[in-house]
Amino acid sequence: MPFLRLVLVLVLGLGALAGAQELVVYCARSRALVEPLILRFQEETGLRVHVRYGTQAELVALLLEEGARSPADVFWGYEASLATLARRGLLQELPAEFRERVAPAYRVGDERWVPTSIRVRVLAYAPARVTPAELPASVLELGDPRYRGRVGWAPPNAGFQTFLTGLRLLVGEEGAQAWVEALRQNQAQPYPNNIALLQALAAGEIDFALTNHYYLYRFRAADPAFPVEQILFAPGDPGNLLLASGAGIVRTARNPVAAQAFLAFLLGEAGQTFFTHDLFEFPAVEDVSPHPALAPLAEELAARRPAVDLGDLWDLPGTLELLRRAGVL
Amino acid sequence: MQAAVLRGGAACAGLGALVPVAYLVLRALEGGEGLVQLLQPRHLTLLGNTLALVGTVLVADTALALPAAWLLGRSELARRRGLVALVAAPVVIPGYIVALALLGLGGDYGLLARLVGWRLPRPQGLWGATLCLTLYTYPYVFLSARAALLGLDPSLEEAARSLGLSPWGVARRVVLPQLLPALRAAWLVVGLYVLGDFGAVSLLRYETYSYAVYLRYAGALDRTGAAALSLPLLGLAALGWAASRAGGGRGVGYRAGSGASRPAPRARLGWARPLALGYLALLVGLGVGLPLGTLFLWLLQDPQAVGGRALAHGLGGTAVAAGGAALLALALAFPLAHRATRGHGWGTAVLVSLPHLGHALPPFVVGLGWAFLGLRALPFLYGRLVLLLLALALYFVPLAFGPLRAAWAQLSPRLEEAARSLGHGPLGAAVRSALPGLVRGAVAGGALVFLRAATELPLTFLLSPLGFSTLATRTFAAASEALFAQAAPFALALLALALPSLVLLLRMERET
Repeated sequence: MPFLRLVLVLVLGLGALAGAQELVVYCARSRALVEPLILRFQEETGLRVHVRYGTQAELVALLLEEGARSPADVFWGYEASLATLARRGLLQELPAEFRERVAPAYRVGDERWVPTSIRVRVLAYAPARVTPAELPASVLELGDPRYRGRVGWAPPNAGFQTFLTGLRLLVGEEGAQAWVEALRQNQAQPYPNNIALLQALAAGEIDFALTNHYYLYRFRAADPAFPVEQILFAPGDPGNLLLASGAGIVRTARNPVAAQAFLAFLLGEAGQTFFTHDLFEFPAVEDVSPHPALAPLAEELAARRPAVDLGDLWDLPGTLELLRRAGVL
Repeated sequence: MQAAVLRGGAACAGLGALVPVAYLVLRALEGGEGLVQLLQPRHLTLLGNTLALVGTVLVADTALALPAAWLLGRSELARRRGLVALVAAPVVIPGYIVALALLGLGGDYGLLARLVGWRLPRPQGLWGATLCLTLYTYPYVFLSARAALLGLDPSLEEAARSLGLSPWGVARRVVLPQLLPALRAAWLVVGLYVLGDFGAVSLLRYETYSYAVYLRYAGALDRTGAAALSLPLLGLAALGWAASRAGGGRGVGYRAGSGASRPAPRARLGWARPLALGYLALLVGLGVGLPLGTLFLWLLQDPQAVGGRALAHGLGGTAVAAGGAALLALALAFPLAHRATRGHGWGTAVLVSLPHLGHALPPFVVGLGWAFLGLRALPFLYGRLVLLLLALALYFVPLAFGPLRAAWAQLSPRLEEAARSLGHGPLGAAVRSALPGLVRGAVAGGALVFLRAATELPLTFLLSPLGFSTLATRTFAAASEALFAQAAPFALALLALALPSLVLLLRMERET
């Protein structure tokens, strides 16, 4: 188990340095979600962790602007921002153990960042107003007249935008543009984010919504009878795109050892269990099993995901350009 | 030399507020293509949407707030301080909480549907955005109008009555013209607020210009585009500022005659009393009861969702950020308000207008300006608390400026002249003659800045030192991940912290 050995070495090494070391994390994930995990890391290692929270665009811009003066050691965000930072040379190559720790299905073709948890795009719907026969097999069908005015989408949402980046890779620039145009013509209802989409489904304003999978479980935690369901599309459909949250070490990190320890912690049992049990995401590693509520979705994941490497989803500017051209952003 | 201190202070406040504006213009000019986008029809539509919303909110605010201001300023209900505080309380409730509360009320899954089986449509579009924004901006008009009503000298109205004017005529020809300066000031504050607001309107699915700028900024690394798109907001702010000044003169409000002024007699309501109380109850129910009830429902989902440590951290952060900003804003607004009432000429007019221009920009654009300036020119400030406080203070100077200027305006310059003739220098004279009268204005202005800074989000997010948090940023972080049970304790703590300063604000305008 090379990974466990690495963790052991890192933690022992840190023990010796504890008190003298500080770690700076730029975190695009919400403080409300990940703060407990960071506090736990702090307690276990004795390291002081300083976190700058922000949107991924904000933090990427900040890193670019700060350059070598940046205090950041770790960037913790999502596939698009990580791939962008890697391509711009702002992340350093990680030891092979990190890549090997990740389940083969989720490894990225880039040595400079690792996925730390996995999410999937789904179709959420209101079972009260949708018959099983109406459920589309493909996200591409949503431009069909029978879905007119019934579909909600969230063009400003990062998850949606990455899905569109994936769609561009899968069906080409023109195909993606045609799909956006078709949905707009079909009166797809815009909402600002995924939460608003699920609330609109429950309220009865829309019947279908394109969203990320984990929000529904949070609503169900508050109310088990929350009147929304979700499914994956047919195998290989672009609508089932996998997304990742992940982390990398900043090239100019002042504290690379502590940074590696942090990444190892995220990929370790504590981190992975937290992601799936507290945040309803899929573990990025093989030896931690998903939250029981996720089991049905988890079984389908491998068979239904489209063929897109998580490391290829970097062209956010191109996607934004497409959305603006179509007048939906 | 003392005059130089006053002038210098005013210049600092004016020019400091200009910094982010200057950054914005420079950034916008950097990229020509950003400017070209201004001409897209979509952006014209969005500008139209924004103007429509400003208009409807101002009308609705005034219609809601004027009767309340009269009831709680001039009728037998005026002594009910608790009621005044309740009617004013929505100023401390974050806008997106009001939006979420309104949205949670209607629809198939809404509170009303589940409790009593009513299915109301959820608010959306122009009417929804107007309803929502009105519910948390009307207190600005209410507070301003009520303060003005309390300060009016009843002898003018009595003279008008004795000359044969009907009560309606008195209201229209005597009271209203005297209220107008206060209303204009409140309209400006609300108008600028609506111009820059993008959180609540986006939840209500009404697309405004600021929301487009925000998306432009939030979605990509595209700073130039966002800067260029902000330019029309700058223009609108300048227009609003000019409009609020037009015909307003310099607001001389001190009494010309001699003798002490006395409070106006309070109207008896008689049979209309239940009606009046019902109206105020409706206002309080919608503006305070609804969001508060929603927060308690969230809290009940999981009362232990938040630990005391996080709560204390947020509380400390809010106290430091909002308290520091309030003090700093007062220090900057004091000389500025003095220049505005006593200074002359174009230089003064421009100087005084600068902070208002800065205030009209969406706060995240202002924050961006400070962040980049901090990185490039002031690296020793960047990432420090000082920069956050400075940015908040300069952004909120106009709020402290209003009450201070009113206080200066109510002081006869003759007092100042008398102090000078007794051998004090200009600054000494200004301070000595003004201080007693200004304390009230300062406390009111400071409290207002505290309230707004405590609920502020974008500047705080962008300029916070590492690890810093406020109750507002924590509420937002939790609510934007659908962790409503976690958002509730932070929001309730924010209200608990803000309420005393609201009470303080009201005490400062006690009738003389």
